[in-house]
Amino acid sequence: MASAKYSLPPLPYAYDALEPSISAQIMTLHHTKHHQTYINNLNATLASQATATSKQDIVASLHLQNALNFNAGGHINHTLFWENLVPASSPNAQPTAAPKLAAALTAHFGSLEKFQEKFTAMLLGLKGSGWGWLVQDTETGNLELTTSRDQDIVPVGKKPILGVDFWEHAYYLQYLNDKASYAKGIWKITNWKVLEARYESGYEGVFGPLAGLRSSI
Amino acid sequence: MSATLFRTSTAARSALRAGAATRAASAASTSFVRGKATLPDLPYDYGALEPTISGKIMELHHKNHHQTYVNSFNTATEQLQAAESKQDIAAQIALQPVINFHGGGHINHTLFWENLAPSKNGGGGEPAGQLKTAIETSYGSLSSFKTKFNAALAGIQGSGWAWLVKDTETGQVQIRTYANQDPVVGKYKPLLGIDAWEHAYYLQYQNRKAEYFSAVWDVVNWKTVEKRL
Ligand SMILES: [Fe+2]
Ligand SMILES: [Fe+2]
Repeated sequence: MASAKYSLPPLPYAYDALEPSISAQIMTLHHTKHHQTYINNLNATLASQATATSKQDIVASLHLQNALNFNAGGHINHTLFWENLVPASSPNAQPTAAPKLAAALTAHFGSLEKFQEKFTAMLLGLKGSGWGWLVQDTETGNLELTTSRDQDIVPVGKKPILGVDFWEHAYYLQYLNDKASYAKGIWKITNWKVLEARYESGYEGVFGPLAGLRSSI
Repeated sequence: MSATLFRTSTAARSALRAGAATRAASAASTSFVRGKATLPDLPYDYGALEPTISGKIMELHHKNHHQTYVNSFNTATEQLQAAESKQDIAAQIALQPVINFHGGGHINHTLFWENLAPSKNGGGGEPAGQLKTAIETSYGSLSSFKTKFNAALAGIQGSGWAWLVKDTETGQVQIRTYANQDPVVGKYKPLLGIDAWEHAYYLQYQNRKAEYFSAVWDVVNWKTVEKRL
Protein backbone atom coordinates (compact mmCIF):
# COMPACT_ATOMS: atom_id res chain seq x y z
CA MET A 1 0.00 0.00 0.00
CA ALA A 2 0.98 3.64 -0.13
CA SER A 3 3.48 4.01 2.69
CA ALA A 4 5.80 6.79 3.93
CA LYS A 5 3.07 9.24 3.16
CA TYR A 6 4.03 11.75 5.81
CA SER A 7 7.55 12.84 6.63
CA LEU A 8 9.21 14.82 9.40
CA PRO A 9 9.11 18.56 8.66
CA PRO A 10 12.48 20.26 9.23
CA LEU A 11 12.63 22.59 12.22
CA PRO A 12 12.47 26.28 11.21
CA TYR A 13 15.57 26.94 13.42
CA ALA A 14 18.65 25.08 14.71
CA TYR A 15 18.32 22.55 17.55
CA ASP A 16 20.19 24.86 19.94
CA ALA A 17 18.38 28.02 18.83
CA LEU A 18 15.86 27.96 21.67
CA GLU A 19 18.47 27.80 24.43
CA PRO A 20 18.40 28.53 27.29
CA SER A 21 14.59 28.09 27.37
CA ILE A 22 14.78 24.64 25.77
CA SER A 23 18.07 22.78 25.53
CA ALA A 24 19.49 21.45 22.26
CA GLN A 25 19.41 17.92 23.68
CA ILE A 26 15.67 18.14 24.32
CA MET A 27 14.97 19.67 20.92
CA THR A 28 17.02 17.02 19.12
CA LEU A 29 15.36 14.07 20.88
CA HIS A 30 11.93 15.65 20.69
CA HIS A 31 12.14 16.29 16.97
CA THR A 32 14.22 13.37 15.63
CA LYS A 33 12.87 10.69 17.97
CA HIS A 34 9.47 11.58 19.43
CA HIS A 35 7.98 13.46 16.48
CA GLN A 36 9.53 10.97 14.04
CA THR A 37 7.94 8.05 15.94
CA TYR A 38 4.48 9.60 15.64
CA ILE A 39 5.03 9.94 11.90
CA ASN A 40 6.32 6.37 11.51
CA ASN A 41 3.37 4.98 13.46
CA LEU A 42 0.96 7.22 11.56
CA ASN A 43 2.22 5.92 8.22
CA ALA A 44 2.06 2.31 9.46
CA THR A 45 -1.50 2.86 10.69
CA LEU A 46 -2.55 4.43 7.40
CA ALA A 47 -1.09 1.46 5.51
CA SER A 48 -3.00 -0.98 7.74
CA GLN A 49 -6.13 1.04 7.29
CA ALA A 50 -5.81 1.00 3.51
CA THR A 51 -5.57 -2.79 3.69
CA ALA A 52 -8.61 -3.00 5.95
CA THR A 53 -10.58 -0.71 3.65
CA SER A 54 -9.68 -2.71 0.56
CA LYS A 55 -10.90 -5.85 2.32
CA GLN A 56 -13.99 -4.00 3.56
CA ASP A 57 -13.00 -5.10 7.06
CA ILE A 58 -14.92 -2.56 9.12
CA VAL A 59 -13.99 -4.08 12.48
CA ALA A 60 -10.26 -3.87 11.73
CA SER A 61 -10.78 -0.35 10.50
CA LEU A 62 -12.50 0.71 13.72
CA HIS A 63 -9.76 -0.86 15.82
CA LEU A 64 -7.20 1.27 13.98
CA GLN A 65 -9.02 4.52 14.74
CA ASN A 66 -7.44 4.92 18.15
CA ALA A 67 -3.89 4.56 16.79
CA LEU A 68 -4.76 6.94 13.97
CA ASN A 69 -6.06 9.62 16.34
CA PHE A 70 -3.02 9.29 18.59
CA ASN A 71 -0.34 9.33 15.91
CA ALA A 72 -1.95 11.83 13.52
CA GLY A 73 -2.60 14.03 16.54
CA GLY A 74 1.04 13.70 17.57
CA HIS A 75 2.18 14.75 14.10
CA ILE A 76 -0.21 17.71 13.86
CA ASN A 77 0.38 18.95 17.41
CA HIS A 78 4.17 18.83 17.19
CA THR A 79 4.14 20.54 13.78
CA LEU A 80 2.06 23.39 15.20
CA PHE A 81 4.33 23.53 18.26
CA TRP A 82 7.63 23.91 16.35
CA GLU A 83 6.07 26.63 14.20
CA ASN A 84 4.87 28.67 17.14
CA LEU A 85 8.32 28.82 18.76
CA VAL A 86 11.20 31.10 17.74
CA PRO A 87 14.64 32.04 19.13
CA ALA A 88 14.34 34.67 21.86
CA SER A 89 16.61 37.05 19.93
CA SER A 90 14.12 37.32 17.05
CA PRO A 91 11.85 40.38 16.86
CA ASN A 92 9.02 37.85 16.36
CA ALA A 93 9.49 36.76 19.98
CA GLN A 94 7.94 40.08 21.05
CA PRO A 95 4.16 40.55 21.36
CA THR A 96 4.56 43.68 19.21
CA ALA A 97 4.84 41.23 16.29
CA ALA A 98 1.15 40.42 16.88
CA PRO A 99 -0.62 43.77 17.22
CA LYS A 100 -4.15 42.53 16.51
CA LEU A 101 -3.91 39.40 18.63
CA ALA A 102 -2.25 41.28 21.48
CA ALA A 103 -5.09 43.81 21.45
CA ALA A 104 -7.69 41.03 21.45
CA LEU A 105 -5.93 39.20 24.29
CA THR A 106 -5.70 42.40 26.32
CA ALA A 107 -9.39 43.07 25.74
CA HIS A 108 -10.33 39.51 26.71
CA PHE A 109 -7.99 38.80 29.62
CA GLY A 110 -7.31 42.32 30.94
CA SER A 111 -3.63 42.28 29.99
CA LEU A 112 -1.09 40.11 28.22
CA GLU A 113 0.43 39.26 31.60
CA LYS A 114 -2.93 38.00 32.87
CA PHE A 115 -3.36 35.90 29.74
CA GLN A 116 0.09 34.40 30.27
CA GLU A 117 -0.58 33.72 33.95
CA LYS A 118 -3.85 31.95 33.11
CA PHE A 119 -2.22 29.92 30.35
CA THR A 120 0.62 28.85 32.65
CA ALA A 121 -1.81 27.92 35.45
CA MET A 122 -3.80 25.86 32.96
CA LEU A 123 -0.67 23.95 31.92
CA LEU A 124 0.22 23.25 35.54
CA GLY A 125 -3.27 21.87 36.16
CA LEU A 126 -2.89 19.12 33.54
CA LYS A 127 -3.18 15.67 35.10
CA GLY A 128 -0.87 13.57 32.97
CA SER A 129 0.39 14.10 29.43
CA GLY A 130 -1.22 16.70 27.27
CA TRP A 131 -1.18 20.11 25.63
CA GLY A 132 -2.23 23.63 26.51
CA TRP A 133 -3.83 25.73 23.80
CA LEU A 134 -4.95 29.23 22.99
CA VAL A 135 -7.76 28.75 20.49
CA GLN A 136 -10.29 30.89 18.70
CA ASP A 137 -13.87 29.75 18.39
CA THR A 138 -14.60 29.86 14.68
CA GLU A 139 -18.25 30.83 15.18
CA THR A 140 -18.05 33.45 17.90
CA GLY A 141 -14.48 34.61 17.24
CA ASN A 142 -13.83 34.40 20.99
CA LEU A 143 -10.37 33.58 22.30
CA GLU A 144 -10.36 30.65 24.72
CA LEU A 145 -7.91 28.59 26.73
CA THR A 146 -8.20 24.83 26.56
CA THR A 147 -6.21 21.67 27.15
CA SER A 148 -6.10 18.45 25.18
CA ARG A 149 -5.21 15.07 26.59
CA ASP A 150 -2.29 12.95 25.35
CA GLN A 151 -2.17 13.66 21.59
CA ASP A 152 -5.76 14.76 21.09
CA ILE A 153 -6.03 17.70 18.72
CA VAL A 154 -8.17 20.70 19.61
CA PRO A 155 -11.88 20.12 18.92
CA VAL A 156 -13.45 20.97 15.57
CA GLY A 157 -14.57 24.58 15.53
CA LYS A 158 -11.66 25.74 17.69
CA LYS A 159 -8.80 27.20 15.70
CA PRO A 160 -5.43 26.63 17.40
CA ILE A 161 -3.35 29.76 17.78
CA LEU A 162 -0.73 28.69 20.34
CA GLY A 163 0.04 25.14 21.44
CA VAL A 164 2.44 24.09 24.21
CA ASP A 165 3.58 20.51 24.65
CA PHE A 166 3.27 19.54 28.31
CA TRP A 167 4.39 15.94 28.09
CA GLU A 168 7.30 15.28 30.42
CA HIS A 169 9.59 14.56 27.44
CA ALA A 170 9.22 18.22 26.46
CA TYR A 171 11.13 19.48 29.51
CA TYR A 172 12.34 16.71 31.80
CA LEU A 173 16.04 16.50 30.80
CA GLN A 174 16.42 20.19 31.60
CA TYR A 175 13.80 21.09 34.19
CA LEU A 176 13.18 17.72 35.91
CA ASN A 177 10.04 18.05 38.02
CA ASP A 178 10.15 21.87 37.86
CA LYS A 179 7.55 22.11 35.14
CA ALA A 180 6.55 25.63 36.18
CA SER A 181 9.91 27.00 35.03
CA TYR A 182 9.51 25.30 31.64
CA ALA A 183 6.01 26.75 31.30
CA LYS A 184 7.20 30.26 32.11
CA GLY A 185 10.21 29.95 29.79
CA ILE A 186 7.92 29.37 26.81
CA TRP A 187 6.95 33.04 26.80
CA LYS A 188 10.54 34.02 25.92
CA ILE A 189 10.41 31.92 22.74
CA THR A 190 6.81 32.33 21.60
CA ASN A 191 6.58 33.24 17.93
CA TRP A 192 4.05 36.05 18.05
CA LYS A 193 4.30 36.64 14.33
CA VAL A 194 3.04 33.09 13.71
CA LEU A 195 0.33 33.55 16.34
CA GLU A 196 -0.86 36.70 14.55
CA ALA A 197 -0.90 34.88 11.19
CA ARG A 198 -3.01 32.06 12.68
CA TYR A 199 -5.33 34.60 14.30
CA GLU A 200 -5.92 36.19 10.91
CA SER A 201 -6.00 32.92 8.98
CA GLY A 202 -9.00 30.77 8.16
CA TYR A 203 -9.46 27.51 10.07
CA GLU A 204 -7.95 25.19 7.44
CA GLY A 205 -5.05 27.52 6.77
CA VAL A 206 -3.66 27.04 10.28
CA PHE A 207 -3.03 23.35 9.58
CA GLY A 208 -1.30 24.02 6.25
CA PRO A 209 -0.45 20.80 4.39
CA LEU A 210 -1.88 18.78 7.31
CA ALA A 211 -5.44 20.14 6.90
CA GLY A 212 -6.49 16.96 5.11
CA LEU A 213 -5.04 14.76 7.83
CA ARG A 214 -6.79 16.83 10.50
CA SER A 215 -10.16 16.37 8.86
CA SER A 216 -9.59 12.58 8.67
CA ILE A 217 -9.39 12.13 12.48
CA MET B 1 -1.61 -0.86 52.89
CA SER B 2 -3.42 1.90 54.79
CA ALA B 3 -0.84 1.62 57.54
CA THR B 4 1.88 2.78 55.21
CA LEU B 5 -0.25 5.42 53.51
CA PHE B 6 -1.44 7.18 56.63
CA ARG B 7 0.41 7.78 59.85
CA THR B 8 -2.09 9.36 62.12
CA SER B 9 -0.23 10.00 65.29
CA THR B 10 3.52 10.48 65.53
CA ALA B 11 4.26 11.55 61.99
CA ALA B 12 1.40 14.03 61.86
CA ARG B 13 2.44 15.55 65.15
CA SER B 14 6.06 15.88 64.15
CA ALA B 15 5.02 17.43 60.85
CA LEU B 16 3.00 19.98 62.79
CA ARG B 17 5.88 20.61 65.17
CA ALA B 18 8.13 21.24 62.19
CA GLY B 19 5.65 23.91 61.11
CA ALA B 20 5.09 22.08 57.85
CA ALA B 21 1.41 22.91 57.69
CA THR B 22 -0.22 25.78 59.50
CA ARG B 23 -3.48 25.08 57.73
CA ALA B 24 -3.41 21.53 59.03
CA ALA B 25 -2.97 22.93 62.52
CA SER B 26 -6.15 24.94 62.24
CA ALA B 27 -7.97 21.95 60.75
CA ALA B 28 -6.77 19.87 63.70
CA SER B 29 -8.43 22.25 66.11
CA THR B 30 -11.84 21.35 64.69
CA SER B 31 -13.90 18.48 66.05
CA PHE B 32 -11.76 15.62 64.74
CA VAL B 33 -8.19 15.04 63.66
CA ARG B 34 -7.73 13.44 60.31
CA GLY B 35 -4.68 11.37 59.44
CA LYS B 36 -2.43 13.09 56.99
CA ALA B 37 -0.82 11.18 54.20
CA THR B 38 2.95 11.06 54.50
CA LEU B 39 5.75 10.02 52.16
CA PRO B 40 6.76 6.45 53.04
CA ASP B 41 10.48 5.70 53.28
CA LEU B 42 11.88 3.66 50.42
CA PRO B 43 12.62 0.10 51.54
CA TYR B 44 16.10 0.39 49.90
CA ASP B 45 18.67 3.07 48.99
CA TYR B 46 18.15 5.37 46.01
CA GLY B 47 21.06 3.72 44.19
CA ALA B 48 20.03 0.17 45.04
CA LEU B 49 18.14 -0.49 41.81
CA GLU B 50 21.07 0.43 39.55
CA PRO B 51 21.79 -0.22 36.77
CA THR B 52 18.10 -0.91 36.01
CA ILE B 53 16.90 2.41 37.47
CA SER B 54 19.45 5.11 38.22
CA GLY B 55 19.84 6.59 41.69
CA LYS B 56 19.05 10.04 40.31
CA ILE B 57 15.72 8.88 38.91
CA MET B 58 14.81 7.11 42.14
CA GLU B 59 15.67 10.15 44.24
CA LEU B 60 13.69 12.63 42.12
CA HIS B 61 10.84 10.20 41.72
CA HIS B 62 10.51 9.57 45.44
CA LYS B 63 11.52 12.90 47.00
CA ASN B 64 9.90 15.19 44.46
CA HIS B 65 7.21 13.46 42.42
CA HIS B 66 5.77 11.20 45.11
CA GLN B 67 6.08 13.96 47.72
CA THR B 68 4.10 16.33 45.47
CA TYR B 69 1.26 13.81 45.20
CA VAL B 70 1.26 13.47 49.00
CA ASN B 71 1.23 17.23 49.56
CA SER B 72 -1.45 17.90 46.95
CA PHE B 73 -3.59 15.05 48.26
CA ASN B 74 -3.43 16.50 51.77
CA THR B 75 -4.36 19.95 50.48
CA ALA B 76 -7.29 18.50 48.53
CA THR B 77 -8.57 16.51 51.52
CA GLU B 78 -8.45 19.66 53.67
CA GLN B 79 -10.50 21.44 51.03
CA LEU B 80 -12.87 18.49 50.94
CA GLN B 81 -13.33 18.62 54.71
CA ALA B 82 -14.07 22.33 54.50
CA ALA B 83 -16.61 21.71 51.73
CA GLU B 84 -18.19 18.88 53.74
CA SER B 85 -18.50 21.01 56.86
CA LYS B 86 -20.22 23.70 54.79
CA GLN B 87 -22.38 21.04 53.13
CA ASP B 88 -21.19 22.43 49.80
CA ILE B 89 -21.95 19.47 47.53
CA ALA B 90 -20.83 21.16 44.30
CA ALA B 91 -17.41 21.88 45.80
CA GLN B 92 -17.13 18.30 47.02
CA ILE B 93 -17.86 16.97 43.54
CA ALA B 94 -15.45 19.43 41.94
CA LEU B 95 -12.65 18.09 44.15
CA GLN B 96 -13.08 14.47 43.07
CA PRO B 97 -10.73 14.55 40.04
CA VAL B 98 -7.99 16.17 42.14
CA ILE B 99 -8.42 13.60 44.92
CA ASN B 100 -8.41 10.77 42.38
CA PHE B 101 -5.25 12.10 40.74
CA HIS B 102 -3.16 12.91 43.78
CA GLY B 103 -4.56 10.15 45.99
CA GLY B 104 -4.00 7.73 43.12
CA GLY B 105 -0.47 9.04 42.67
CA HIS B 106 0.24 8.40 46.34
CA ILE B 107 -1.21 4.88 46.38
CA ASN B 108 0.33 3.86 43.06
CA HIS B 109 3.85 5.00 43.94
CA THR B 110 3.68 3.41 47.39
CA LEU B 111 2.75 0.06 45.83
CA PHE B 112 5.42 0.54 43.13
CA TRP B 113 8.32 1.09 45.56
CA GLU B 114 7.24 -2.01 47.49
CA ASN B 115 6.96 -4.23 44.44
CA LEU B 116 10.55 -3.43 43.40
CA ALA B 117 13.71 -4.67 45.11
CA PRO B 118 17.44 -4.79 44.41
CA SER B 119 18.53 -8.19 43.17
CA LYS B 120 20.52 -8.82 46.37
CA ASN B 121 17.22 -8.47 48.27
CA GLY B 122 15.24 -10.76 46.02
CA GLY B 123 14.57 -8.53 43.01
CA GLY B 124 14.22 -10.32 39.68
CA GLY B 125 13.92 -14.05 39.35
CA GLU B 126 10.59 -15.76 39.02
CA PRO B 127 7.32 -15.90 40.91
CA ALA B 128 6.62 -18.96 42.99
CA GLY B 129 3.70 -20.85 44.49
CA GLN B 130 0.13 -19.72 43.85
CA LEU B 131 1.26 -16.62 41.98
CA LYS B 132 3.23 -18.70 39.50
CA THR B 133 0.18 -20.93 39.01
CA ALA B 134 -2.15 -17.95 38.58
CA ILE B 135 0.12 -16.32 35.97
CA GLU B 136 0.54 -19.59 34.08
CA THR B 137 -3.22 -20.19 34.14
CA SER B 138 -3.91 -16.80 32.56
CA TYR B 139 -0.86 -16.41 30.31
CA GLY B 140 0.63 -19.86 29.72
CA SER B 141 4.13 -19.01 30.88
CA LEU B 142 6.06 -16.31 32.67
CA SER B 143 7.79 -15.24 29.46
CA SER B 144 4.56 -14.87 27.54
CA PHE B 145 3.13 -12.92 30.50
CA LYS B 146 6.13 -10.56 30.44
CA THR B 147 5.78 -10.07 26.68
CA LYS B 148 2.11 -9.16 27.07
CA PHE B 149 2.80 -6.90 30.04
CA ASN B 150 5.52 -5.05 28.10
CA ALA B 151 3.19 -4.65 25.13
CA ALA B 152 0.56 -3.21 27.47
CA LEU B 153 3.12 -0.75 28.86
CA ALA B 154 4.23 0.25 25.37
CA GLY B 155 0.61 0.75 24.29
CA ILE B 156 -0.15 3.39 26.91
CA GLN B 157 -0.91 6.58 24.99
CA GLY B 158 0.36 9.24 27.36
CA SER B 159 1.02 8.85 31.07
CA GLY B 160 -0.16 5.85 33.02
CA TRP B 161 0.50 2.52 34.65
CA ALA B 162 0.30 -1.14 33.77
CA TRP B 163 -0.81 -3.53 36.51
CA LEU B 164 -1.11 -7.19 37.13
CA VAL B 165 -4.39 -7.33 39.02
CA LYS B 166 -6.53 -9.98 40.60
CA ASP B 167 -10.18 -10.05 39.64
CA THR B 168 -11.78 -10.61 43.04
CA GLU B 169 -14.92 -12.05 41.42
CA THR B 170 -13.23 -14.77 39.39
CA GLY B 171 -9.96 -15.06 41.34
CA GLN B 172 -8.02 -14.85 38.08
CA VAL B 173 -5.11 -12.55 37.41
CA GLN B 174 -4.91 -10.23 34.41
CA ILE B 175 -3.00 -7.28 32.95
CA ARG B 176 -4.76 -3.92 32.93
CA THR B 177 -3.57 -0.41 32.07
CA TYR B 178 -4.70 2.75 33.84
CA ALA B 179 -4.37 6.32 32.57
CA ASN B 180 -2.47 8.98 34.48
CA GLN B 181 -2.77 8.24 38.21
CA ASP B 182 -6.05 6.34 38.13
CA PRO B 183 -5.82 3.84 40.99
CA VAL B 184 -6.67 0.15 40.81
CA VAL B 185 -10.02 0.02 42.60
CA GLY B 186 -13.36 -1.76 42.47
CA LYS B 187 -13.30 -5.47 41.85
CA TYR B 188 -9.61 -5.45 40.92
CA LYS B 189 -6.86 -5.87 43.46
CA PRO B 190 -3.42 -4.46 42.56
CA LEU B 191 -0.62 -7.03 42.58
CA LEU B 192 2.23 -5.58 40.50
CA GLY B 193 2.41 -2.05 39.12
CA ILE B 194 4.91 -0.46 36.74
CA ASP B 195 5.04 3.29 36.33
CA ALA B 196 5.02 4.21 32.63
CA TRP B 197 5.15 7.99 33.10
CA GLU B 198 8.13 9.51 31.30
CA HIS B 199 9.55 10.77 34.63
CA ALA B 200 10.01 7.11 35.63
CA TYR B 201 12.69 6.49 33.01
CA TYR B 202 13.48 9.52 30.88
CA LEU B 203 16.77 10.64 32.49
CA GLN B 204 18.24 7.22 31.81
CA TYR B 205 16.37 5.79 28.82
CA GLN B 206 15.01 8.94 27.06
CA ASN B 207 12.65 7.86 24.27
CA ARG B 208 13.86 4.23 24.44
CA LYS B 209 11.08 3.26 26.81
CA ALA B 210 10.98 -0.35 25.58
CA GLU B 211 14.46 -0.80 27.12
CA TYR B 212 13.14 0.37 30.50
CA PHE B 213 10.14 -1.94 30.25
CA SER B 214 12.27 -5.01 29.52
CA ALA B 215 14.90 -4.12 32.14
CA VAL B 216 12.47 -3.49 34.99
CA TRP B 217 11.85 -7.22 35.45
CA ASP B 218 15.36 -7.46 36.94
CA VAL B 219 14.11 -5.56 39.99
CA VAL B 220 10.57 -6.89 40.41
CA ASN B 221 9.96 -8.08 43.95
CA TRP B 222 7.91 -11.22 43.30
CA LYS B 223 7.65 -12.02 47.02
CA THR B 224 5.72 -8.81 47.61
CA VAL B 225 3.53 -9.46 44.57
CA GLU B 226 2.78 -12.95 45.86
CA LYS B 227 1.77 -11.61 49.28
CA ARG B 228 -0.76 -9.32 47.64
CA LEU B 229 -2.44 -12.19 45.80
FE1 LIG C 1 6.13 16.13 22.48
FE1 LIG D 1 5.82 8.18 38.87
